[in-house]
Amino acid sequence: MIPGVHLTDILTVSTILFFIGVYGFLTRRNVISMLISIELILNAAVVNFAAINLYLYPEWMQGTVLSLFIIAVAAAETALVIAIVVNLYRLLNSVEVEDLETMKH
Amino acid sequence: MERYLFYFFALLIIASALAAVTSRKMLRSVIYLLFTLISIAAVYFMMDYNFLGAVQLTVYAGGIVVLIIFSVFLIHHIELELSMAKASRKIWAALFSALGAAGVLAVLYQQPFTEATTPATVSTAQIGDALLSTGTNGFILPFEVISVLLLATMIGGIIVAKGRPTSKTDAS
Repeated sequence: MIPGVHLTDILTVSTILFFIGVYGFLTRRNVISMLISIELILNAAVVNFAAINLYLYPEWMQGTVLSLFIIAVAAAETALVIAIVVNLYRLLNSVEVEDLETMKH
Repeated sequence: MERYLFYFFALLIIASALAAVTSRKMLRSVIYLLFTLISIAAVYFMMDYNFLGAVQLTVYAGGIVVLIIFSVFLIHHIELELSMAKASRKIWAALFSALGAAGVLAVLYQQPFTEATTPATVSTAQIGDALLSTGTNGFILPFEVISVLLLATMIGGIIVAKGRPTSKTDAS
């Protein structure tokens, strides 16, 4: 526990971080930039898990372990997205979302 | 003292996250993301989550950021400016995000949290025991599922990135 810092302070920071990620996801037009926004959103979730576990239920460790699982899933997701992006660039010469309409209809 | 350190890191997190989603240059945006991740790791270390902070540093700041930088190098020219969304769309997105954040914060500040008084630290040995235990609070099943997921991701990544096989008559 951080002396002098309440749970609400940490949750405020993670809420703002989450919505910055949402803003980036809505405004960016590039697959890699959208991936960066998703990383921000996932990090906000991990901070929430860790802080709530520490401040409200310090005798349990569910939050810590679930944070580790979220980090593992995020790493797997990033690796797949990078593979897809490299392949897309090879096929279409672009990673802008406007050009990715091969699978429409 | 630690309180002001936390506020410093919180400011650093928010400022560099904002810079990461608004920067016009791809590589700068990745570096701002790196600053955010390292500041979050510092907050973990302040909360006595040593193992979680170490994992954040190695997997996120060490692994994911390097992957993203590699893909940026493979795809973009460094000087290339990103095309941004239309101004109206930006305003709508900012309005939507601000409304969402305001709603969540309003609920958050009404909530009476009863914070625990006994500070507890989780050691790495305890995390390892919990991950491999089959008992009441064990996590052996999700641990195995995650390992299968990582294997599937590895195979899928290889197959996707390989693309279609080039024929022998193809000159390239």
